[in-house]
Amino acid sequence: MLTEKINFDYSTPKTLTIKLSGEWIISAVLPGTGGILSELAAHKDIAQIIFDSSEMSNWDSGFISFLFQLTKECKRINVRVLHHGLPQGAEKLLALALLSNDKKIAPQNDHEFFFGWIGEKVLNLLKSIHSFLNFLGEVTLSFLHLITGRAYVRWDDFFFTVQRCGVDAFFLVSLLSVLLGMILAFVGAIQLRMLGAQIYIADIVGIAMVRVLAAVMTGIFMSGRIGASFAAELGIMQANEEIDALKTLGVSPVEFLVMPRVLALFIMMPLLTLYADLMGILGGFIISVSMLHLNPIEYWNHTQNAVRIKYLWVGLIHSLVFGLIIAISGCIRGMKCERSSAGVGEATTSAVVTSITGIVIATAIITFICQILGV
Amino acid sequence: MEKDLHPVIEVRNLDLGYDDYIVMRDLNFSVRKNDIFVIMGVSGCGKSTLLKAMIGLNEPLKGEVLYDGKSFWGADEAGQQKIMRRFGVLYQGGALWSSLTLRENVALPLQIYSNLTVSQIRELASLKLSLVGLAGYEDFYPSQISGGMRKRAGLARAIALDPDIVFFDEPSSGLDPVNAKMLDDLILQLRDVLGATIVVVTHELASIFTVGSNGIFLDAESKSMIASGNPKDILTNSTDPRVIQFLTRGRKISLPQADKPAVGRQGV
Repeated sequence: MLTEKINFDYSTPKTLTIKLSGEWIISAVLPGTGGILSELAAHKDIAQIIFDSSEMSNWDSGFISFLFQLTKECKRINVRVLHHGLPQGAEKLLALALLSNDKKIAPQNDHEFFFGWIGEKVLNLLKSIHSFLNFLGEVTLSFLHLITGRAYVRWDDFFFTVQRCGVDAFFLVSLLSVLLGMILAFVGAIQLRMLGAQIYIADIVGIAMVRVLAAVMTGIFMSGRIGASFAAELGIMQANEEIDALKTLGVSPVEFLVMPRVLALFIMMPLLTLYADLMGILGGFIISVSMLHLNPIEYWNHTQNAVRIKYLWVGLIHSLVFGLIIAISGCIRGMKCERSSAGVGEATTSAVVTSITGIVIATAIITFICQILGV
Repeated sequence: MEKDLHPVIEVRNLDLGYDDYIVMRDLNFSVRKNDIFVIMGVSGCGKSTLLKAMIGLNEPLKGEVLYDGKSFWGADEAGQQKIMRRFGVLYQGGALWSSLTLRENVALPLQIYSNLTVSQIRELASLKLSLVGLAGYEDFYPSQISGGMRKRAGLARAIALDPDIVFFDEPSSGLDPVNAKMLDDLILQLRDVLGATIVVVTHELASIFTVGSNGIFLDAESKSMIASGNPKDILTNSTDPRVIQFLTRGRKISLPQADKPAVGRQGV
């Protein structure tokens, strides 16, 4: 006897009769197949197994799982398992389970080897670059179609996006810019106070905000707010076959869906950045006047003298480039999204990461160029 | 009136797949004018991939799709768009543009391809919605109506430009029997009243036998077409177990029979 649920009978030659008894349900303790396999190993002459289930009471899928496992193991060691002595329902279920018993190999990326992994990453990168350049080409072509009046653009989407990028973003842009200006003023004051040159806080806040910080901060904020929403909207449209429906109608999805978004963000980013410049300077002003006790008129005059028009242009160029980066990253991730909810999530995350990385790289490049040009 | 047997669509030596993966190979068939042509097969066999190659969404690996003798994939962009203007597509979930109302969805193709005035377009869009039983829902957004209504609205959009050919991707999937029957009736009306040629991708037996006048059966295992003709004739004449199993819902394929009564079966 192996357990109280299993007994062996060797009365038929070359046959092991397994007598099953008691309850075989998931909530009870069920024996494994190990004991039976050991028995088979000890009796090499056994060629087949049969069952006697007359002493069994209840059973459920725990019993089927045991039989399924046993049948597979016995097949491996060339012992036949005859199911005729099993309860009728169990026999049917087991037959059904064994029908689809072939192991299917799930498709997976083959990156067992280091060099293979590197190669795969490089190929994926090249594919992404190719796809990005293709998309950029399509956007450029659509823009040319637009200015020659041949594009079918949905202007409602354009105005809706302008509203989302503008009015709807005002409060948070104001808050973040004012806080950033305040932080700059505080940090500057620590050093400048020791030199008795607190008034130069106005210069630091003004130049930093106008040249780069307002644009970068607005860019990062818009990546999370607008870039992610572009990716999610277009990704869901891709999953719902709405983009396919446009294609079969003969309408370019880039003209119809991407152009309004890119244009709206390209126009709104500089305006938001100018607004963020003012709010940042206001933040610095509040701290300088209220806590550092600087003269308001003097602060204002210093800001006017420090912030030159060329700095304003540098800031605006930053914002235009960031607008393009955010809009194109969001739209490309959405348009190339996989048709599943996980794909939409991935596209959204990827859009934000791509935009922010793009913003940082673009800032470095623009700063380097400005340095060379002496701006 | 004698039926026009002229093939509207011809598929020749078509191989379908993605990158190196072959989904179907060497497909050859033709769709005659006024046919309701069903593309049958089990889920995942490549029916929708074939449909996408026919409507210009996925380029085949090899072969041709001809519309009235003109190759779709051999044509330039303008040529492809000209062919695309001849057909309407009803997608599996309706694929209505979610930011537009039902009227705007139906009106969009008319705005792009007709010279009608705004009020004429509105009227025509309302008419198309009425034809599919959605009168009064013109100002609803897709999210505000049921799945069956979305499909009917998708059909109204697909027929907005009175196309010669209408493609249906799994029209009955996810619908209750009443809505599925309603859609089948609409397909028959489209053929009979508007004289359209219909191509339906489906695995719903009720639809296949109700609407199908001709068709093909795709098999995932052999990656090929294993039967063609009228679905009822295929059922009567085919000896292929895969086809019979599909068309009879597996009733002719018996499970192993047991000769012993169940003992204490409690449920799995």
